[in-house]
Amino acid sequence: MASAFEYAPAPESRSVVDIAPSYGLFIDGEFTDAADGKVFKTISPSTEEVLSEVAQAGAEDVDRAVKAARKAFEKWSALPGSERAKYLFRIARIIQERSRELAVLETLDNGKPIKETRDADLPLVAAHFFYYAGWADKLDHAGFGADPRPLGVAGQVIPWNFPLLMLAWKIAPALATGNTVVLKPAETTPLSALFFADICRQAGLPRGVVNILPGYGDTGASLVAHPDVDKVAFTGSTAVGKEIARTVAGTRKKLTLELGGKGANIVFDDAPIDQAVEGIVTGIFFNQGQVCCAGSRLLVQESIQDELLDSLKRRLSTLRLGDPLDKNTDIGAINSAEQLARITALTEQGEAEGAERWSPACELPSSGYWFAPTLFTNVTQAHTIARDEIFGPVLSVLTFRTPDEAVAKANNTQYGLSAGIWTEKGSRILAVANKLRAGVVWSNTFNKFDPTSPFGGYKESGFGREGGRHGLEAYLDV
Amino acid sequence: MSEKSEARLSVFKTYKLYVGGKFPRSESGRVYEVTDSKGKWLANAPQSSRKDARDAVVAARKAFGGWSGATAYNRGQVLYRVAEMLEGRKDQFVREVADAEGLSKSKAAAVVDATIDRWVWYAGWTDKITQVIGGANPVAGPFFNLSSPEPTGVVAVLAPQESSFLGLVSVVAPVIATGNTAVVIASEKAPLPALSLGEVLATSDVPGGVVNVLSGRTAELAAPLAAHQDVNAIDLAGADEELAKELEIAAADNLKRVLRPQAVDYSETPGTDRMTAFLETKTVWHPTGSLGASGSSY
Repeated sequence: MASAFEYAPAPESRSVVDIAPSYGLFIDGEFTDAADGKVFKTISPSTEEVLSEVAQAGAEDVDRAVKAARKAFEKWSALPGSERAKYLFRIARIIQERSRELAVLETLDNGKPIKETRDADLPLVAAHFFYYAGWADKLDHAGFGADPRPLGVAGQVIPWNFPLLMLAWKIAPALATGNTVVLKPAETTPLSALFFADICRQAGLPRGVVNILPGYGDTGASLVAHPDVDKVAFTGSTAVGKEIARTVAGTRKKLTLELGGKGANIVFDDAPIDQAVEGIVTGIFFNQGQVCCAGSRLLVQESIQDELLDSLKRRLSTLRLGDPLDKNTDIGAINSAEQLARITALTEQGEAEGAERWSPACELPSSGYWFAPTLFTNVTQAHTIARDEIFGPVLSVLTFRTPDEAVAKANNTQYGLSAGIWTEKGSRILAVANKLRAGVVWSNTFNKFDPTSPFGGYKESGFGREGGRHGLEAYLDV
Repeated sequence: MSEKSEARLSVFKTYKLYVGGKFPRSESGRVYEVTDSKGKWLANAPQSSRKDARDAVVAARKAFGGWSGATAYNRGQVLYRVAEMLEGRKDQFVREVADAEGLSKSKAAAVVDATIDRWVWYAGWTDKITQVIGGANPVAGPFFNLSSPEPTGVVAVLAPQESSFLGLVSVVAPVIATGNTAVVIASEKAPLPALSLGEVLATSDVPGGVVNVLSGRTAELAAPLAAHQDVNAIDLAGADEELAKELEIAAADNLKRVLRPQAVDYSETPGTDRMTAFLETKTVWHPTGSLGASGSSY
């Protein structure tokens, strides 16, 4: 679609980040090889270029890291909160200083557009450390009793969709409350966590307080099952979450789970259409739709369906897909070949079940993992694409006639993480928000995050909250 | 009363379940013998079945919308009404608790007093818990958001085995004070105070189905409840270690909220833990229209 105002490419320079050819595990303040010498490659999903070779932690390494964290726990938990706070403030500041470097790194390793890593991920990462730093010496005011105690060693397993942000959500409250951590980043996105290890060193964080163990699912499973882990925090799929819940059953381990979602984005007939369209785009195409709280089910009031869909399709035709390092790129690469295959299979099933598929004219790059923004109409609640989490840039459109029907359809899911409401009528916002079984409800906006605000799901989207005062509870013996 | 007449034969009570505001016998037709602490027969209690447990879940689900949607002030008054009704039937509960737990009359009376006071304590919490654990969050942007607690839904409660009345109320009251509905498995050995509590609840403005009381074999009843897809949470207070583990594994199937068994001194004033364990936090966002420090706005 050539036009007189065609953009020239504006790639962000890679020179700000120096990726080593290989990385070790970070245990007890040192980078080290895996005990069995195993390594795996991490690649850039937009080019399939190998970025680095990373040590792959096994059960023995998990044990070593947990021991290091246990040893560090004694001193770390005994530090005055005001001292712990200062370490966390230091980390927050170093993240701000190195934020360009980390943003480029994250884009290379994850495939998401630089626009998002630069303007969303990194500012939020720094903000989380800054926010929880301030709690470290105020825990007696947090509403969990006069002297709330940390749990001990936290085993944390995080996903690949927001690698550094999920790390911040897990590590910041854990350290603020006096716990030590062993964190396993996802196998497709280990690099920013390893760079974070270096930030811990720059900040002078005592050895063993933070340990980073790249690896696959089996590494996470050993960590979760380790008898000397006191707390398990997991963000990822509902299926794995259930497995973890079974693993920790009958133990003293405290568990929080942030799992899948199938968020309903409800647009009423009096909504400002242009704003709603922007919200729908943010809701499902932010981070290529690889967001657990994505607004992946659009519920639109029947009377405005045609107008809204025309508008939405027009808007989707302006989205730019391509080089994630180009600051004008809206949609980057899908994180992995595996995830691309899952999205492809589910969308094919959507067509096979009779839903109508639409994508804007969109040229996909020849290498890397790409999926064009896609929307499905003629979707019923029984369709797989209306029930299963796709975790990709795929929107399923359903309609409703009355607010009650909208609520019933929105709640008709095993999940309960997020929802959106678009209407100019305040009482309708409050009435509908009240009836939605979801942990986060965005009205006249979508996909907004802030460290002060509790986030987490109802039903099979998991339990526990991250963020805000509520996020402290997961790491305290209360 | 004539001195010549025989001692009057007392009227026994047929103890029944309390499900959906009604008093059914067990669907299974089974009963089991309940004895006092010295082994003397007290009554035949219904031995509920898996079907009774399922019926109770249906009743609890049906009651959830109305109960969770009631104002907190209204729920507080209903809970307080339970305390009023208990006060009037104190003698009966003193007798039942003394028999169940082998306590002297005065000790049992103290337990019943503490139990009534516990209802009053929780009655006062209904309209305060939101203020204490909810909040307004100062987000860095042109939005406001509020976090409020909401009940998680239907909660299966395994009442403590030893504390047949104070323990029972200590685990049931927090569940319903926060707007959940409950399916309660009474102490296996000492179910009579729980079954009598059902009679009090039925006459206390507590809507039918909000609390459902089953008696029988704890392990037999807990298994289908822990696996039930329409139960949102489970309190394992009355489970031993082995059973608790088994139930926690079953509960993972739909990611029920699980409160593990723990050592609790029910005579102590409780904290808020038993309420917060069965609450979700919902955060609702909205734009404020202010575009930042520049002063421009809607």
